[in-house]
Amino acid sequence: MSAPLLTVEDLNVSFPGRGGITRAVRNASFTLGRERLGIVGESGSGKSTTGRALLGLISHPGVVTAKTMRFGSDDLLACTESDWQQLRGRRMSMVMQDPKYSLNPVRKIGQQIGETCRLHLGSSRKDAEQRTLAMLEAVKIRNPDMVYHLYPHQLSGGMGQRAMIAMMLVAEPDFLIADEPTSALDVTVQNEVLRILDDLVRDRGMGLIFISHNLTIVSSFCDRVLIMYGGKIVEECAAKDLHKARHPYTRALIAAAPSLDVQRAELATVTRDPEWLL
Amino acid sequence: MSGNLTQWLMSEAPASRRQAVLGNAWRGLLAIVFNPAALAGLCIVAVLVLMAIFAPQLAGGISPIEQNLASRLAPPSAEHWFGTDELGRDIYARTLHGARVTLTIVMLVSVVVAPVGLAVGTFAGYLGGWIDAVLMRITDIFLAFPRLVLALAFAAALGPGIENAVIAISLTAWPPYARIARSETVTIAKSDFILAVVMQGASTWRVLFKHIVPLCLSSVIVRLTLDMAGIILTAAGLGFLGLGAQPPSAEWGAMVSAGRDVILDQWWVATIPGIAIFIVSLGFNLLGDGLRDVFDPKSS
Amino acid sequence: MITVKDLSVTFQNSGRSIHAVRGVSFDVAPGETFGIVGESGSGKSTVLKAIAGIIASSSSALEVDGRSAAKRRSREERRLMQFVFQDPYASLHPRQTVDDILREPLIIHGIANLDEKVSAAIADVGLSPQHRFRYPHQLSGGQRQRVAIARALILRPPILLLDEPTSALDVSVQAEILNLLSKLRRSYSLTSILVSHDLGVVAHLCNRIAIMQLGRVVEVVRAGDLRVGAVSQAYTRELIAASRGFTRAVT
Repeated sequence: MSAPLLTVEDLNVSFPGRGGITRAVRNASFTLGRERLGIVGESGSGKSTTGRALLGLISHPGVVTAKTMRFGSDDLLACTESDWQQLRGRRMSMVMQDPKYSLNPVRKIGQQIGETCRLHLGSSRKDAEQRTLAMLEAVKIRNPDMVYHLYPHQLSGGMGQRAMIAMMLVAEPDFLIADEPTSALDVTVQNEVLRILDDLVRDRGMGLIFISHNLTIVSSFCDRVLIMYGGKIVEECAAKDLHKARHPYTRALIAAAPSLDVQRAELATVTRDPEWLL
Repeated sequence: MSGNLTQWLMSEAPASRRQAVLGNAWRGLLAIVFNPAALAGLCIVAVLVLMAIFAPQLAGGISPIEQNLASRLAPPSAEHWFGTDELGRDIYARTLHGARVTLTIVMLVSVVVAPVGLAVGTFAGYLGGWIDAVLMRITDIFLAFPRLVLALAFAAALGPGIENAVIAISLTAWPPYARIARSETVTIAKSDFILAVVMQGASTWRVLFKHIVPLCLSSVIVRLTLDMAGIILTAAGLGFLGLGAQPPSAEWGAMVSAGRDVILDQWWVATIPGIAIFIVSLGFNLLGDGLRDVFDPKSS
Repeated sequence: MITVKDLSVTFQNSGRSIHAVRGVSFDVAPGETFGIVGESGSGKSTVLKAIAGIIASSSSALEVDGRSAAKRRSREERRLMQFVFQDPYASLHPRQTVDDILREPLIIHGIANLDEKVSAAIADVGLSPQHRFRYPHQLSGGQRQRVAIARALILRPPILLLDEPTSALDVSVQAEILNLLSKLRRSYSLTSILVSHDLGVVAHLCNRIAIMQLGRVVEVVRAGDLRVGAVSQAYTRELIAASRGFTRAVT
């Protein structure tokens, strides 16, 4: 693989609070090429915080430090707020869990996506409309002309998430973070949305960070997986080898999930070892 | 000792119901105390209460109604800290005693308004259907009365006095509480924890009083505290118009009214009670904002 | 234990009627755990709420414990079944301690020995006595769900209705709650109905499973048949395939 798209070394995110400092991410190091990288963990593992830190979205009083945080030729650690605004949307983007909260409820879908084009690509009104329609088609929305003129509440969950993906990808970013993009969707819709994401990532040669709590989805969708626990990356492995994972936490997580394939009288529970955080 | 008590109150694992309730109250109190504006409000209201209770002592034995025509309209001095009014009465003593009148009005109005609003609102919200429709239309009717005009009509019909002022204020003050309580109830009634008690076989009354009312109470208290300023101002307004407390009793609104004629030459007669009204209204507003922050579940 | 015949639920929404459940029938034997699986909008939770009598429904027969369940349930009838909700953050009263929450059903039914019963219920669901006087906001999601289960079981109902009891929880906490439910089911010989969108969860806990789609039961299968894919409907197969994860191959 050529030079990685993203290089992160010793990323730390901490939030000062009344009871002392909470370290949400501890010394996380990883790289991302033009591939699908999964980050798995339970709530509080720091997986979403890691994603937000990569987009410069940790707001006061959170503190982000790292030895290295490079995106292509840009040093993310030296970015000012206006640099971030240049990067976000244009070169890096994020799809979130619930389209209900990420789309503006009082503006039409087409207008919102078109605005992204005009803002980041400097497209003309007409060009923006064409790109928007093409993008809606690319996310397999059956009649883009109709959806263009709809408001977010008129779309189903799966459609909304597609529109969201369309909006995030219309400026053709190099790198996309998807934070639980399918958790609010039904299983059958989930796979359709994943397929769309998969095609777009492959066709456009993007790097994707896929954040999820669902081991099954991550192991079947991604190329590589990072397992986070308490802010630390405890294990990194190829997605297809996840069942061979060595870290006791990863193993316990796999054994704790009830599965159709294995029948267990009792599910394994996770016995947490404080040494995992050392 | 105090360290132990704090620890006992802040314990994450209270050992009795009393400790849990007190601990929760303690955390609420801390939240108010650590909010400067709310603390200021709390202090002002506390001073008002102390002033009302200890008015005779604080006035140093000076009667608020004793006239001394020889020293009328005297400016503030060592003898009369806030000066005297047109009948030579000590304004300092009158302002202190005025706190009693104000506090009486505020308390009477709260005692009437909060329970009535709460009852009407929670009934309407929980029972729904025609009961809701009827109760809320009645609320709308009362909401349509202009407060001061109704108060004037009442005073005119029943004769001026504090009691009638309280009735007039209460009659027009309860509808907003009914509305708040209703909208909260509608949301709460749909929640799972209410369904859970219904499934346990709780009667409608039990659900209403034990589970819904305590949750509506906080927003009603916040609203009441914020409304206090308005109530005090209305009471003062009625006093100013001569329809509230009657002479010779010391009431801030009436005192401002009396000072009106001499406001340019003897400014203190109207200004001192005016400042009192201002500070107390501000205090209740600050306290209300603070309480809202404390009761807001999202803040935790 | 539970007989449901031709159950239908219709909601009125701004003048339009929405048929959330259409003609659903099934039986649940004593001691059985019956699963209902489906996607959002399939009406699975609605069926459960109709059986619980917290929403209006019509049916040719709805029998619980051999007796016809009335539209308006009496206090005694309520005692037959209890409900565990999906969201542990919304199902506990925010201003009541665990103790208050567990005491309430006992008070309603005029049961003596409150203290003893409450501490037994707390121990039963694996909480420690120090949780007893905490408020819900001082508990984790898993602990809250344990409180909700304790509240449901404190009246010793023969039937437990579970509406996605673990879908708001992390995998490791889900495992603990599912294990707890299996244990309690054995010790109190409970009959239960479990609603979930997760095939793994229902297959783990249930004997038989109804698959619902758009308000109807598509088919009822045994858990073993579901595991090996011995199902007759295409929709069920689709659900099974989807639950195994993402497949890159074009279908």
